[in-house]
Amino acid sequence: MSVIVGQPERIRVLLAHHRPRYGEVLFRVLVMIASLTVIAVIAGLIAVIGVQSLKGIAHNGPGFLTGTVWDPVHQVFGALPFIYGTLLTAVTALALAMLIGVGVALFLVDMAPPRLARPIGFMVELLAAIPSVVYGLWGIFVLAPWLRDFVEVPLHDTLGWLPFFSGTPIGIGNLAAVVVLTIMVLPTVAAVSRDVIAAVPLSQREAALALGATRWEMIRIGVLPYARSGVMGAGILGLARGVGETMAVTMVIGNAPTISLSFFSQGYTMASVIANEFSEATTELYRSSLMEIGLLLLIVTLVTNAVARLLVWRVAYGSRAGTLLA
Amino acid sequence: MSTLAVLPAGRIPGRDMRRRRATDRLMRGLLGLAALLAAVPLVLVLGFVLIQGLPALNLALITQSPVPAGFPGGGVAPAVVGTLIMVGLGTLIGTPIAVLAGIYTREYAGGRGATAIRFLVDVLAGVPTIAIGLFAYGLIVVPSGGFSGLAGGVALAITIVPIVARITDEMLGLVPGSIREAAYALGIPPWKAIVHVVLPAAAAGIVTGILLGVARIAGETAPLIFTALGNDTVSTSLGQPMDALPLRIWVYASGPYDSWHAEAWAASLVLVLLVLAFSLLTRLVMRQRSRSGM
Repeated sequence: MSVIVGQPERIRVLLAHHRPRYGEVLFRVLVMIASLTVIAVIAGLIAVIGVQSLKGIAHNGPGFLTGTVWDPVHQVFGALPFIYGTLLTAVTALALAMLIGVGVALFLVDMAPPRLARPIGFMVELLAAIPSVVYGLWGIFVLAPWLRDFVEVPLHDTLGWLPFFSGTPIGIGNLAAVVVLTIMVLPTVAAVSRDVIAAVPLSQREAALALGATRWEMIRIGVLPYARSGVMGAGILGLARGVGETMAVTMVIGNAPTISLSFFSQGYTMASVIANEFSEATTELYRSSLMEIGLLLLIVTLVTNAVARLLVWRVAYGSRAGTLLA
Repeated sequence: MSTLAVLPAGRIPGRDMRRRRATDRLMRGLLGLAALLAAVPLVLVLGFVLIQGLPALNLALITQSPVPAGFPGGGVAPAVVGTLIMVGLGTLIGTPIAVLAGIYTREYAGGRGATAIRFLVDVLAGVPTIAIGLFAYGLIVVPSGGFSGLAGGVALAITIVPIVARITDEMLGLVPGSIREAAYALGIPPWKAIVHVVLPAAAAGIVTGILLGVARIAGETAPLIFTALGNDTVSTSLGQPMDALPLRIWVYASGPYDSWHAEAWAASLVLVLLVLAFSLLTRLVMRQRSRSGM
């Protein structure tokens, strides 16, 4: 008996009848088709968006990626301002979110008592549940004015000679987008990091403590090196989230296709140009060029997501955090 | 393990204990600060949505159509109706696929196959929703010749699939193996065991997972912009452009009128309450399950 306990496969073999089991076959096919649908949707995404952007690809050529002029009226389509804006906001936001998110994760796993860790963890996860458009609304009416009065103006007055803080502080712009994105990326980074850090074997920690390490030294020498690649995966997942985030960024970044180092300047991202201009794109070429941006966005996020998942799985197998609220 | 070997010998119990203690205190403080910092935005966002949204929340908001810009009164009835229809359609299409895919992943696919499907589901979950909108545009709007509620519903269906598939998979995993074995021992074929024994055992979790998915797609804007487009009048036809709450919030938030802003806050409050309630519910069920299950 004990041989087969916990071995459903084995039991199924034992149960195999000789008469055909139509129900079983039918059900199996049904659930298999459902799973294949997931694969079909991913393939379909690439195929449909790819086909729709063919006209744009043919017209714009490889210069699409480096062109700085976006002038639909004269059919000049350069996507660099959007690529730049996306990278600037997503990478800066990720850096901030990593600092806070990994800190939160370490706090939750290695410092906080469960009574404190559970509600804080839940609050951070809830950040992921708030609709993007609500962050946008909050960003426009609460965050942007506050940033302007209490962050941008003082920065401009003291450090205005730096290219990062030049220009007129009006609140709406790259900085507001970075802050909103940081908040939105944070739950992904924090939740995945927490899973990865929790997966570090206890023996690592005990060994460090047994050598007389303080709590922080235990984290530094026993936990962080072990969790490094998983935390990196968390970061890449966060990057994918930040790159693909649309509404909140669209609402606070100012939507101007400029390439500027300044955090006060208005910018534009790949996702927000699609959101803003697609339904009003009048010519087929215009629409196809926006599709081409969408294709680029899709490929970038597919690849970053895949890489990140693999990195995280290597450390904490089966960790689905960051996208599953649990 | 080898990482421990890089510790400089003699430093652990060394004379610099005071400095090490200070560093420890500092870093602990910083980590605590990070946790505090992470909790602040939630309070701020929810607080403002509540304060700004509550005064504008009334019956007219959900029963009346928008009035011309700048005039007082009116509501977002087309958006409420549109959201109900498209979220309903998306759930109707997406949920069965997702639940069945979740069943296949957990019950049939086996080790490597399950890993592959989980991976793909996670990848699909990471696809930007704006790209899903573009997909639905190419798939439905282009061939049918116009923006429609149907296209919006399909886009939302694709959005909900990875959320529900994953939760189904997890919830089935929490059903004790002994329940399955008991069913097999009675000679019940696997599929009947799954449908009549395993699924009911996981039903509460799967249902709340579906509700969570519903709440998530109810808040999605990006997949609807160029599929459903939006509509100022109440429309129930799937072949016509349709409004949705998140679309309305976007339009009103970007507009110049105070009355629009107030309605945007109120509509946000409705969305946020929906999402929060279902998130809390899912959390409760999951914790209960994992406690009784293991």
